[in-house]
Amino acid sequence: MTKKGLFLEGVTIALEGRVLVSLTCRVAPGEVLTVMGPSGAGKSSLLAYLGGFLEPAFTARGRALVDGVEITALPAEERHVGILFQDPLLFPHMSVAGNLMFALPESVKGRAERLRHAETALAGVEMAGMGDRDPATLSGGQKARVALARVLVSEPRMLLLDEPFSKLDMELRQQMRMLVFSKARESGLPVLLVTHDEADAKAAGGEIVRIGE
Amino acid sequence: MLTRLGPLITILLLTGPIAFGLAGTVLPAFGFLPVLGGMELTLHHFRTLFSQPAILTSVAISLTAGLVTALFSLGVVVLFVAGWAGTRLFGRVQHLVSPLLSLPHAAAAFALAFLIAPSGMLVRLVSPELTGWERPPDLLVVHDPMGLFMMAGLIVKEIPFLLLVTLAALPQVRLKETRMLAASMGYGRVAGFLLGLWPAVYRQIRLPVFAVIAFATSVVDVALILGPMRPSPLAVRLVEWMNDPDLSMRYLASAGALLQLGVTAAALGLWMGLERVGRIMCIVGVEVGVRLRRDALLRGAALLAMGLAAGAVFAGLATLALWSFAGLWQFPDALPASFTLKSWMRALPRIAAPLYTTLLAGLLATLIAGLLAILCLMREEETGRRPRRALMLLYLPLLVPQVAFVFGLQLFLVYADLLATLPALVLAHLVFVMPYAYLALKDPWYAFDRRYNQVAAGFGKGRWRRFALVRLPMMTRAVFAMGAIGFAVSVGLYLPTVLVGAGRLTTITSEAVALASGGDRRIVGVYAFWQMLLPMLGFGVATLVPALIFRRFRGMQV
Repeated sequence: MTKKGLFLEGVTIALEGRVLVSLTCRVAPGEVLTVMGPSGAGKSSLLAYLGGFLEPAFTARGRALVDGVEITALPAEERHVGILFQDPLLFPHMSVAGNLMFALPESVKGRAERLRHAETALAGVEMAGMGDRDPATLSGGQKARVALARVLVSEPRMLLLDEPFSKLDMELRQQMRMLVFSKARESGLPVLLVTHDEADAKAAGGEIVRIGE
Repeated sequence: MLTRLGPLITILLLTGPIAFGLAGTVLPAFGFLPVLGGMELTLHHFRTLFSQPAILTSVAISLTAGLVTALFSLGVVVLFVAGWAGTRLFGRVQHLVSPLLSLPHAAAAFALAFLIAPSGMLVRLVSPELTGWERPPDLLVVHDPMGLFMMAGLIVKEIPFLLLVTLAALPQVRLKETRMLAASMGYGRVAGFLLGLWPAVYRQIRLPVFAVIAFATSVVDVALILGPMRPSPLAVRLVEWMNDPDLSMRYLASAGALLQLGVTAAALGLWMGLERVGRIMCIVGVEVGVRLRRDALLRGAALLAMGLAAGAVFAGLATLALWSFAGLWQFPDALPASFTLKSWMRALPRIAAPLYTTLLAGLLATLIAGLLAILCLMREEETGRRPRRALMLLYLPLLVPQVAFVFGLQLFLVYADLLATLPALVLAHLVFVMPYAYLALKDPWYAFDRRYNQVAAGFGKGRWRRFALVRLPMMTRAVFAMGAIGFAVSVGLYLPTVLVGAGRLTTITSEAVALASGGDRRIVGVYAFWQMLLPMLGFGVATLVPALIFRRFRGMQV
């Protein structure tokens, strides 16, 4: 058994003593685990726990390891868990390139070099030359692609997707699904997707876990 | 770690000066003041207090002022909101009235005085054509013995305040739906609002209403400008005793401060009685089903009262500005014969020092208050608790009459040799700025989408960098707005400045009020103009600077 990928070991989240989620599973690099369930079932709490942002009202046990590193023992900023929400959440006070440069690891030194990295990443999502733009002036699909480029450029250990396609219209949704999953496969990132859209799960192609039913 | 200190320091800041201040007030009242050799407990000073001429009249004026001010200003606000909320006119009036919020009480009082005095603008406008007056009539309008004009001065300032807190509470109730529902059952606008929504709204603005009562029962600056003179309201007499060169008068002042505490408590108690009456009326109204379908008159009256209150202040401010630039201006001319900068030039050398103190104290107090408020909010988020009782604590400096605890605080500052120093002044201002700073930041803080934090943490940014690079920039507008509010509060503070500054450290407001009795309208005009200008500048900066910083980004515009 290799240590590569995401391993959830007895991850259990409870609210006021009521267990919402209890999960043990393994996600290989480039693979997608889809967690499905009705709203309020604890899907978002699961992501919050992995990201390091669980509300104090919840209690959680269990460990999550990525490539052998126990991320649940680390503070949120050292986990390097990339998150995509249903809103692109581009920082409104930074340009498009600024958003990417903010996400870029500090190991990339020098402004020019960082800008070059950002431009390359933008080109990778068909947004070449858009670095100077104000995020507020982009279309919905463009924002979603910038958000994807931004999370990829931060060199995360894994990806958490919180219904990232639900606010896009039908056509865009299909495009973004393809783009996100192919990028994740390319970068060899284990992906945890929560959704209540069956089509998302089908497109992800991986294992499906149902909770709260 | 640092965030843990936030609430701690804030609680100490809010309770410490009040607790020490009250102790420093209560003990001398019973004869205990070791510095002056007072070591035995006695009720003697209360006997002296109650043998002061017309002391009960002073008490009655203070008590009435508190209740009348609250009743009137709240009444106008309620009827106005009930009759007009949701209409386009409502929005316009709201925009008209809200700048008045930042106006210092003393400036509003001056404005009113300049308008309605026997030689004021109103009389000038109709004289001598309608009145036949060639010289100012001998009427006691300003400083009337019942304090009606003092109450008017308070009312015009409290209306904007109560309107704003009511507006802040409105989103918590379903205005539109309830309004339609009530209308479909045949209720008029006013009755529908009062019976259907008011109880829920009032619950949320109760503490601000209490603050209005506490302020009006113990106000000093407005009373000095507009209030009755012989006798004055209780708080004004207290300050006279406190400033008496004969130190033994401090016992009397202390006993009086304790009485003031009792008067304010009594006013609040009576108000709670009125609340009960109101509640019963509401219940009866619901049970009987008072429709009040033809409420046009009531709505019109509310609009008129609102417009009059705001209009009077604006007209007064204009008059006051005129005076500051006036050359020769004889009664009953409506305009000065000539305009000159002489008054401004004459005031310039004297105004520099108080202006500097005003700016420094205001900026420092606001800065510290803002930092503490942010630390408190961070801590709340960390623990996931939003302490309800803390809110009560926040209102403490606004509910305890200033005169009752700042006087005692002065005593401690004398001991510590800190009286009339900048740190002491900033501390005193901080006590009153803190509540507003927290209240101004609280809503924007919680409105921030915390998923931005999660996104940034995913990029390896620690909490302080997340705060400095993401949350703070995104909250720039709110932080600047908080700054403008805090600064305006500090600029307007009169009593804490007078008592802690002890006449050696003065601000624009304390100087302006000190000049009030001198009667030089031109100079008063200049000072009052500054009083109006400073908060306005603050709000100007708060609007312009964030817009300039983020002019490139549309998502950062309003």
